Amino acid sequence: MNGFKPGQRVRVRAEWPERHGPVHIRTPHYVRGREGEIAAFLGVFPNPEDLAFDRPAPPLPLYHVRFRPEALWPAPVSGTEILVEIFAPWLIPL
Amino acid sequence: MAHTPLSAAERALLDTTPPRALFAALKKVLMEKGLIAPEEIPAQIALTERASPLIGAQVVARAWTDPAFRAALLSAPARAVEAFGVSLAGAPPLGILENRPGRHHLVVCTLCSCYPRALLGYPPFWYKSAAYRARAVRDPRGLLAEWGTVLPPETEIVVVDSTADYRWMVLPERPAGTEGWDEARLAGLVRVSDLVGMTVPALPG
Amino acid sequence: MRPVSAEPGESPFRAHHDLGGVRRFLCTPVEREEHSLSDFDREVDALRQVLAQHGLLRVDELRRGIESIPEERYFALSYYERWAVALADVLLSKGVVRGEELRAALSEGSLE
Repeated sequence: MNGFKPGQRVRVRAEWPERHGPVHIRTPHYVRGREGEIAAFLGVFPNPEDLAFDRPAPPLPLYHVRFRPEALWPAPVSGTEILVEIFAPWLIPL
Repeated sequence: MAHTPLSAAERALLDTTPPRALFAALKKVLMEKGLIAPEEIPAQIALTERASPLIGAQVVARAWTDPAFRAALLSAPARAVEAFGVSLAGAPPLGILENRPGRHHLVVCTLCSCYPRALLGYPPFWYKSAAYRARAVRDPRGLLAEWGTVLPPETEIVVVDSTADYRWMVLPERPAGTEGWDEARLAGLVRVSDLVGMTVPALPG
Repeated sequence: MRPVSAEPGESPFRAHHDLGGVRRFLCTPVEREEHSLSDFDREVDALRQVLAQHGLLRVDELRRGIESIPEERYFALSYYERWAVALADVLLSKGVVRGEELRAALSEGSLE
């Protein structure tokens, strides 16, 4: 499987599983649909979206993704970058 | 045991019972069913309280004075901390965020309160607050300034949102004027707010 | 799930615990004063860890339980009160305890 590479530009899926029923999502709302870049590969971990319901949880690659404030907020106030841990299925390569 | 939806009666029980009474009832039932033993709770409290910000401060002081430890801490944090004498058995992976001149880190968990508990113990009240969780990712500089932490305008501020398996601790910069200080004295300068990034260690006064 | 009221630029589908950058709190000060933990707080915290050690609860399940607390109650309860409700929710969902057992324990009164 081709993993993401540091420096690679990505977009976070603009999906809202919350609409459809009880879920547990660890991709924060403020990055969904936003563009960033891969900062680092953090390892492989079981999917928390499944662990939360005691379902079998497949291991997924986890990435540190770097976002600039301008990409996230309509009127950025301060800060240089925001680093967020995001699982691979949420990321679209650009 | 996959989760099944609660019945209306169970839902009503959850929604209407005061949490403290609910907790007491839960403990009682768990013990009556032999799922937990009464002594396990106080034993776990004692174990949890062996971790504290003092431990984090000692790790920082060691990193400030021992370049080999610093390098080990940054390249393989959990192993270095274990070698230092802190048990991280069963704890989530630890990440160390190195502050450098011109680059400052701030840790938050916008979704809940993820925190390097195995090292630092209970998270501070403010770390868990809605205000902190909302503001840290949006205006870190303003938030720091509210606590009197004024960073040079050109200093980069990196906010790290703990959304998954890692737990993050800041390795602050060693303050000027501490040349020749021993580890214990240095550790005394480091507060929990420094390890999260809301403040920077400084000489008192 | 009922969507939270949307602020400009915020999705109406944002879950209420998902607080990064949320406008409602942007002007709320972050109080520095430390709050010492009560006995209740420590016991709730400890029970979660004991349950995890027994394989009865994962931290992800606790989080799911906390996030299920309706918005108004979520913000009205203290941090560990949310945990207490979530623990009961998840253990009921998994059949580790049953509603009638909890009800019996509650009606017996004089709980420590």
